[in-house]
Amino acid sequence: MVDFDIRLGLSPADLTARVVANKRPDDWLDLSADDDPELRLILESFPGQVVNSRLFRGEKTIWVKREKIVGIAQLLRDNKETQFNFLTDLTAVDLLKMHAPSQERFEIVYNLYSLSSYKRLRLKAIVPDGDATIDTVETIWPAANWLEREVYDLFGIIFNNHSDLRRIQMPDDWIGHPLRKDYPMGGEQVEFSFNVRKS
Amino acid sequence: MATTLSGGSVKPDILKDVVVPRGVTVESYEQSDDNEIMVVNMGPQHPSTHGVLRLVLELDGETIRKATPHIGYLHTGLEKTMENLSYYKALVVTDREDYLSNLINNLAYSLAVEKLLDVEVTPRARRLRLILNELERIASHLIWLGTHALDIGAMTIFFYTWRERDQILDLKEMMSGVRMMTSWICPGGLRGDVPEGWLYRAQKFVDNFPRKLDEYNRLLTKNPIWIERLSGIGKITGEDAIAWGMSGSSLRGSGVAWDVRKSNPYTGYDEFEFDIPVGSNGDVYDRYLVRIEEMRQSIRILNQALKDVPSGPVMTSDRKIAPPPRAELDTSMESLIHHFKLFTEGYHPPVGEAYASCESGRGEKGYYVVSDGSAIPYRVKINGPSLKNLQALPKMVEGLYIADCVAIIGSIDIVLGDIDR
Repeated sequence: MVDFDIRLGLSPADLTARVVANKRPDDWLDLSADDDPELRLILESFPGQVVNSRLFRGEKTIWVKREKIVGIAQLLRDNKETQFNFLTDLTAVDLLKMHAPSQERFEIVYNLYSLSSYKRLRLKAIVPDGDATIDTVETIWPAANWLEREVYDLFGIIFNNHSDLRRIQMPDDWIGHPLRKDYPMGGEQVEFSFNVRKS
Repeated sequence: MATTLSGGSVKPDILKDVVVPRGVTVESYEQSDDNEIMVVNMGPQHPSTHGVLRLVLELDGETIRKATPHIGYLHTGLEKTMENLSYYKALVVTDREDYLSNLINNLAYSLAVEKLLDVEVTPRARRLRLILNELERIASHLIWLGTHALDIGAMTIFFYTWRERDQILDLKEMMSGVRMMTSWICPGGLRGDVPEGWLYRAQKFVDNFPRKLDEYNRLLTKNPIWIERLSGIGKITGEDAIAWGMSGSSLRGSGVAWDVRKSNPYTGYDEFEFDIPVGSNGDVYDRYLVRIEEMRQSIRILNQALKDVPSGPVMTSDRKIAPPPRAELDTSMESLIHHFKLFTEGYHPPVGEAYASCESGRGEKGYYVVSDGSAIPYRVKINGPSLKNLQALPKMVEGLYIADCVAIIGSIDIVLGDIDR
């Protein structure tokens, strides 16, 4: 397969721009359970589930394993201290071109918001490439319904127990998942009358 | 902080004045006996769906039993496009997704990138951003009002709101030479200062606009037909609206006083006084009242903000982000290098991620940007408020007439460019 940067017709200067500076910034801080009620709650109720935590530019991020994601979501929503009752956004990141060899390929990102304390929290669940499935959080935040469909459509991650897991943005007969990093940009064939797909 | 609009006071008074038959509740609709369900496509090329939205309606007579929205007709892969452009080039894409709140999208994206870069903008840039954002909100609300009224059959208002919106577009054109997709707010500040006389013209618009708003009010707010068409339909409770992730005026219509400008102030909104209007019934009429009042509050903010605009540059002096002035290139080697690096590569934010959001005309518009340390964003997620507002639509239209469905789509003020991206 042709590298998608070349397909795009980018100049050599643009290609050098892709060189990753694999330097961890100095202002990445680890969260501590003493200061952060969210981290403490998850550690207490779901021991062994938290993988990592970071504070960067004033934004908290907690990485968790995918197995207990529904329980963790419910805990964060219902606990008096946190009350993350609003799902701002649910998306995924394909770490194919970025991750360390020890990391898994996908991250599901839950951007949570509390309408009582006006605080934000980013919860991330790790999903491996070989078995790209995770439980749905539709029962916790109904808003996740379409957002999870979009992640399924564009990243090919299956949400277990989802009520209506269909493609949402792309046509139903589309092949591939466009937002994956190995999906070429501008690679799809333009349909004319001679090559239109028969369905 | 919040003022209740229709709560116990305003709306019942209005209804007392005009004596409207208020039989418009879900329960009072006639139930037909035979179970003949007809499935009808509404859209994707239907003028009242505000774009290419397709609703599959299961009808029992004229009553909607079930509505299933189908989206994606405008999906152009904007996120993928942004992930293949440098940070500065990706800015122009943000104009094109929610095409009625261009400058607000610019700001949300710029705030996210600035957070990654850890850069401060100048006081003048901050203030001008706020002014532009409020003007954009008014323009966006004017389109909503015009098209919403047009859908319901009040045609006159459409021409009036277009007239006022044109003045805002004129202001944008005077500033940038472009009427809609200006990309004027960029990471680091603004692309350029406003020309001489711009602030005066903006103030003149702000002075004149409340009178126009009264005009709309006289045409619609106490109009018996308008009230009859809007009140009592499309109800959603505050709890449901939160659960479905609704935001903006659609959420505030249900009585939840949440506005990003108040709760998580950005670009200096905490320096100004304004109220968050909230409804109480969560119906279409409440959402209408909330948006009308929001335009008044925007004028209130603009009146304060235009008073003493700080002077100074509008772009940060950080040479890693903003290009040096042309004259410096002839004398300074360092400036030449910065200039060359900026225009061949762009800036390299550190590895990390940031989320920033603004209150757009439709709700919380957010950008989630992941950086891998290169000059191209690794992942950009556009958090569109319209998507989640539309998601709650089937809940709102169930058991109502098709004509009500049209009113409800208008009331949640969706932009399909924001939904499909």
